[in-house]
Amino acid sequence: MAVSDMTKLTLGPIAYHWSAETRRDFYARIADEAPVDEVYLGEVICSKRAPFHEGDLPATIERLERGGKTVILSSLAEVMLKRERKATADLASMDSPEIEINNAAGLFARGKRPHRIGPFMNAYNEATIAWMAAQGATHVCLPAEMPGPAIAVAAAAARDLGLGVEVQVFGRVSLAVSARCYHARAHGRTKDNCQFVCEEDADGMPLRTTDDRPILRVNGIQTQSESYMDLMPEAGQMIACGITHLRLMPQAIDMVAVATVFRDALDSTRGLDAAEAALRELCGGTSFSNGFYHGQAGYRRIAAAAAV
Amino acid sequence: MSLAELICPAGTPAALRTAVDAGADAVYCGFQDATNARNFPGLNFTPDELAASVVYAHERGAKVLLALNTYPPAGKVDLWRQAADTGARLGVDAFIVADMGVADYIARSHPGSRLHLSVQAAASSPEAIRYYCENFGVKRVVLPRILTIPEIREIRKEIPCEIETFIFGNHGLMVEGRCSLTNYLTGQSTNMDGVCSPASDVEYKRHEDGSMSSQLAGFTIDCFGSDEKAGYPTICKGRYTASHRPEGYYAFEEPISLNLSRLLPDLIDAGVHAFKIEGRQRSKSYVRGVVSTFRQAVDDIRAGRAANIADLVALTEGQKQTQGAFETKKWR
Repeated sequence: MAVSDMTKLTLGPIAYHWSAETRRDFYARIADEAPVDEVYLGEVICSKRAPFHEGDLPATIERLERGGKTVILSSLAEVMLKRERKATADLASMDSPEIEINNAAGLFARGKRPHRIGPFMNAYNEATIAWMAAQGATHVCLPAEMPGPAIAVAAAAARDLGLGVEVQVFGRVSLAVSARCYHARAHGRTKDNCQFVCEEDADGMPLRTTDDRPILRVNGIQTQSESYMDLMPEAGQMIACGITHLRLMPQAIDMVAVATVFRDALDSTRGLDAAEAALRELCGGTSFSNGFYHGQAGYRRIAAAAAV
Repeated sequence: MSLAELICPAGTPAALRTAVDAGADAVYCGFQDATNARNFPGLNFTPDELAASVVYAHERGAKVLLALNTYPPAGKVDLWRQAADTGARLGVDAFIVADMGVADYIARSHPGSRLHLSVQAAASSPEAIRYYCENFGVKRVVLPRILTIPEIREIRKEIPCEIETFIFGNHGLMVEGRCSLTNYLTGQSTNMDGVCSPASDVEYKRHEDGSMSSQLAGFTIDCFGSDEKAGYPTICKGRYTASHRPEGYYAFEEPISLNLSRLLPDLIDAGVHAFKIEGRQRSKSYVRGVVSTFRQAVDDIRAGRAANIADLVALTEGQKQTQGAFETKKWR
């Protein structure tokens, strides 16, 4: 694999409603054991969940930084209610340059102070990235559905502007967000009286077609892919194009091991085939996909030989 | 009282003329490519058709709004810039945009032209809306279909631009501009290609017991008894199973249409400037029926008369309709 010492491995924000205790344990292990360079923290999906774990944030940040990780705080993807507007404004008012913005309300509050552009911001092209850079963006995470050729052009443009540029290479893909909570709906409730039923599904609630084919996962207001996207085979190509950061999304599996496999593959201490086999083993029966990268249906898995 | 403009869909030049003749204050349309979010076969305008349509509309006092409301993938931005240049040359009355790069280009290259923020930009708070107003001079926001009327009233107080809301037609469930469901199953992107549940990937399968399933790219989206009318397989209106819902249920929403005709007076009172009718993919007769009925309803309300909207019920998908998020928070 085309190795670059510059390439950073990042851990995206937890999309699910994991309990405070689960999160504490998770990040303690990440801090001590995971070969990731940067960790995104914060509630991105549902503002109702934030009170359960935001009290732990200072300790988690301290722990991760002690483990040598850069910590970035991510903002909500959907901003509509008063508490969501306030949470977004509060985050944007922080002195730290390391905040990731996922909604235009955050961009408004942040002004020209430095910030990162999150995957929900729709930075699809060089014109938009140039605009964002002129407004203070230092880093951009591209939308997960972008095909390889567009990623290459966007990465080159971002690098020319001096920006870090990131793509998700592992985990379920966010396919949609809504104002409605589909976890609550599945249980005959509404968002306002959800009773946090999403906590029952640490890796999302599986939806199957009526002829029993796995298709999607529900995570509160978010709809995710059933498959884990795995772009390990494509990572070398992306790094060669100028991608600086590769994002792993936390799933309810051994993420320390997942990060280790990716790091080993990047460092060529493990061959790609062996790394893929190891990753396969870590992910149980979950299917892998890379269709978006190859301009095909996102759920598809395109074989490496055909991928070149 | 606000103007309560009626903004009507024009998927073809003939539909545009129909909408204008039926009383549209403005029509919205797009070119025959990925630059707009209804990039469907057989729909939309060539530059020559748009030129003639702008003349037709302007002669009858109607405006033409050009939808450039998709997100150009890197390397293909020129297609959107050329579409904007063409629209400006033909004298369209406003551009409906979502992408910041596209908005920035039009604001700089065609200063003085009017920008509307598409629902595809998903600006659902005063702060997000003001971001686009202050940076690109946006004059009107098309609000996502997720807000209640009291919330719209509050937003109105905090933004410097006009508000347009959908009142009739397809009921979008996901946040527009943030949905890759179609791309996940078909390989065609709503954001980048302007495609949603494309007809080319649709199949209806008849089973031995007489039932019918509707499929998208080989995935079963819904199934129907022999006595039911099979609906179009839109992913967010599909029927799925979950571990505690083995019988199958509409996980996101039932096949249902938005119809806010009963709420028109409240929306006008809340400060909504323009009402949008969805349906560029619809037939001329549909456009004629819906536009003329809403024209009458809006005129009645503005004149202080009771509006008659019974005819609209028959035009909604499967005869089922909803007031969606507009009426109550319980929709969420």
